[in-house]
Order: sequence, then structure tokens, then C-alpha cells
Amino acid sequence: MSGVRVLVGTRKGAFVLTADGARLDWKVDGPFFPGWEMYHVSGSAVDPSRLWASQSNGWFGQQIQRSDDGGASWQPVGNEFGYDGDPGDHQWYDGTPRPWKFSRVWHLEPSATDPDVVWAGVEDAALFRSSDAGASWQELPALRAYKGSQWAPGAGGMCLHTIKLDPADPDRMFVAISAAGAFRTDDGAQSWKPINNGLNSGHLPDQDAEIGHCVHRLALHPAKPSTLYMQKHWDVMRSDDAGDNWYEISGDLPTDFGFVIDVHAHEPDTVYVVPITSDEFHVPMDGKLRVYRSRTGGGEWEALTTGLPQRDCYVNVLRDAMAVDSLDDCGIYFGTTGGQVYASADAGDNWSPIVRDLPAVLSVEVQTLA
Amino acid sequence: MILPGHLRSLARVAGEVRVDVPAAGAAQQVTIGAVLDAIEDRFPVLRGAIRDHGGGPRRPFVRFFACEQDLSHDPVDTPVPGPVAAGTEPFLVVGSISGG
Repeated sequence: MSGVRVLVGTRKGAFVLTADGARLDWKVDGPFFPGWEMYHVSGSAVDPSRLWASQSNGWFGQQIQRSDDGGASWQPVGNEFGYDGDPGDHQWYDGTPRPWKFSRVWHLEPSATDPDVVWAGVEDAALFRSSDAGASWQELPALRAYKGSQWAPGAGGMCLHTIKLDPADPDRMFVAISAAGAFRTDDGAQSWKPINNGLNSGHLPDQDAEIGHCVHRLALHPAKPSTLYMQKHWDVMRSDDAGDNWYEISGDLPTDFGFVIDVHAHEPDTVYVVPITSDEFHVPMDGKLRVYRSRTGGGEWEALTTGLPQRDCYVNVLRDAMAVDSLDDCGIYFGTTGGQVYASADAGDNWSPIVRDLPAVLSVEVQTLA
Repeated sequence: MILPGHLRSLARVAGEVRVDVPAAGAAQQVTIGAVLDAIEDRFPVLRGAIRDHGGGPRRPFVRFFACEQDLSHDPVDTPVPGPVAAGTEPFLVVGSISGG
């Protein structure tokens, strides 16, 4: 019987939530790694029993944990993330030079074809890859070579937070960095190009600069991998040419600031965002937690509120904290900084909390289990 | 050695940990660095958790105490207090109180 496994990273541990295909009755396991910041927990599509977790804290640094039994047990694997060569400096918030320094892994993206291969996006922003099931990690340095000395951090740090693999082209990959922008490789990470044409960012002196944009999240649908969606630091954007050109699709959203964006598993033009009031006030507008859905690839949006708090709600939804499953009735999931994980088993028409009182949620992923 | 809770969990140990640390150098003394080498050899998962990889600097929010002394800022080739070398007093790895 089909089911789902929701992987939740929080500020104080990781949780694994499981249910059958009805997605009504949930089993909650955890916390795993209690007291540690779990920036991301993800699962292999090739071997669903293989999970990855980024475990870190300010005292004792970074660990990577791997599970080979669907989260029942974990083992630490390699945790050394050394930049290739002398990484030099990037820019600091005030424009002065700042040495590159590794602090944590923000995102773990398993290969779609090999369970032993996984990519890691880190802070200070760089891309690493392991091909030995996490035992060792190597930087893919060509990315930082593209004007890395000019990259500067966003408010949350200079992080490579999004990694998207093109399911149709094993040599193509997209990444997003706060606040350097979005980049694409077409040759298996041997070289990269910025894909920020059409983005406008008020925090930059040259608002349409090649790099320096604060991209919060990218999303794509496997059936249309050249169509990308972006939630930026202000503006919801879309590209139909693999990022070469972007246009705004914020349309009638009440505000177009936010962090998450995702795409319905079976409808490439159905997109989800969670609008947040502003860059100065990271809470839903008017105390109402609303997911917005567009069925037209952007521009026209509808508020999804059934089952979500519509008063006195002042949480945030962080950039890696939304996911979709691939059951026939596509399930949507998101976690909040208030510790709730909400689920919809009907593409967002109705919502209910799986759990209400977790530590602040940093990431949500979901595996569809056969 | 006495490790903080998070590192005991990582290393999957409980309570105090005993490691054999060879004396070295002309004076045949047990140094801070040798103690750290020994604990990392015994528990490879602790590499990078107490100090930077490859025997690098102590992580900023980790402190070293022994015999009511703060050894955190001493060079790694500093001998540990005699009772620590003799195994009668522990070498403490402590997470800084800041950031809690």
C-alpha cells in the first residue's frame, strides 16, 4: 500500500512523519539528534530507505548523518568540507573582503540515479559532491570561480540553499545562492553561468546586475525542466528557457515577498507560494497563514486557507520547508517557525496539522512510498 | 576525558572516557595536542567537532579545562597537568556557556 514519509528538520532535532496514502493518521518519530540544528533531511529517490541529514550547531560544527533504513537508525559519515585550494575572499555585508569560511551544510540533494551520490550546498556558498555515500566530499570549484570574490551574504548568511537537478539532462543543474543569485551548469559542473537576467533587486546599486540577487528558492517540474519558478527577495518569477530570461508572475498576490515555492507533482503550471509580509517583517500578512496557488503558471493566484489559522498567526515558512508528494491526489506539506507541519491531501484545498509543537521547522521533504 | 553531552551522543559513549596517550618529546610529556589526537583516533566522528579538521585550531565555542585550570588558550604542545597525564584527573572538553 502506498504511503508517505515526511522528513522534517528543525532547530532542535529531526523528525520523521509517516502515514498511508490517505494521509490522515500520522506516526511521529523523533527527535533524532536532539538539540542539534537539522538544516535539511532528504531522501534518495533511487533507494527510499537511504536518507541524509545535515546536523550542525555553533559549538561542535557540522555532521552528516546517513540512514539506510528509512530513518530508524543513523550513522555519521564524512563531515570534512574543505574548499578547493585557497578560497580567498568574498564580500562582507559592508563590501569589505571576508575570507571564505565553511560553517554549515544548508541542503543535501541526492542523485536521481545513484544512491551513493549526493550534492551538498553549504555556507559560505559552495557546491560539494560525494560519490561514496557520504564518506568524503569534494568541492566543485568552478561555481565559486564565477566572480565569487564579489558574492555577498544575505541576511541568513551566504548560503547555497537550493540545488535542482534536470531530470532530462544529467549534465544540467541549477543552484541558488543568497545573495549571489541563480546559476546553471550544462556540463556537469565544469562551468557555470549566472541566470539572473530579468531579475530586479532594489538592494543593488545596479538593480539588474549579473550577480548579487537574493534568490530564496527555485522550483521546477520534471515534465517541463526548462520552466523554472523563483521566489526572490521580493517578486515571484518564472523562466521558460532554463533561466536565461526571467519575468515576473507575482500578479495579484497580496505581497510577493516570501521564501518557499513549489510545483504540483502532476500539474506543471500549478505553483504554490506562502506570501510573507515584507523583508522587514517575516510573518504572514494580517496574521493570516495563507498558501497561494496559481493554476496558470503564475499571474493569477487563489488563497488556500481551509484548515490554516486566519488570525493571530505570526510564524514564518523558511525556504526549504515546503514539499509535494506524487500520490494521485498530490499532497502538499509545509512547516513553520512556530513548529507546525501542515499537510494537504488534496493539492491545497484543505489543510490540517500533522504536528503543532515541534521546534522551529527548518526544512520539509516528502518521500512517496510504494 | 569528560565530553559534553552532544559529543557523548555523537561518539555513542556514556560518562567518562579513558584513552591512552603516549608521552612524547625530549621531556616525555603528554601534551594537549596528544590528548586530542588520541580522542579523535578513538572516535573519528569527533574530528572537526572539538577542533578544526587536521589538527587545526580549537573551535571557538569549545573550552579545555583540567585541574581547575583553563587550558583553552594554551598551545597544543603544552603539557597537560600531571594528574591528567597520570589518569587521576580528567581532561574536560566543555561547550562554552555562550550561545545557549
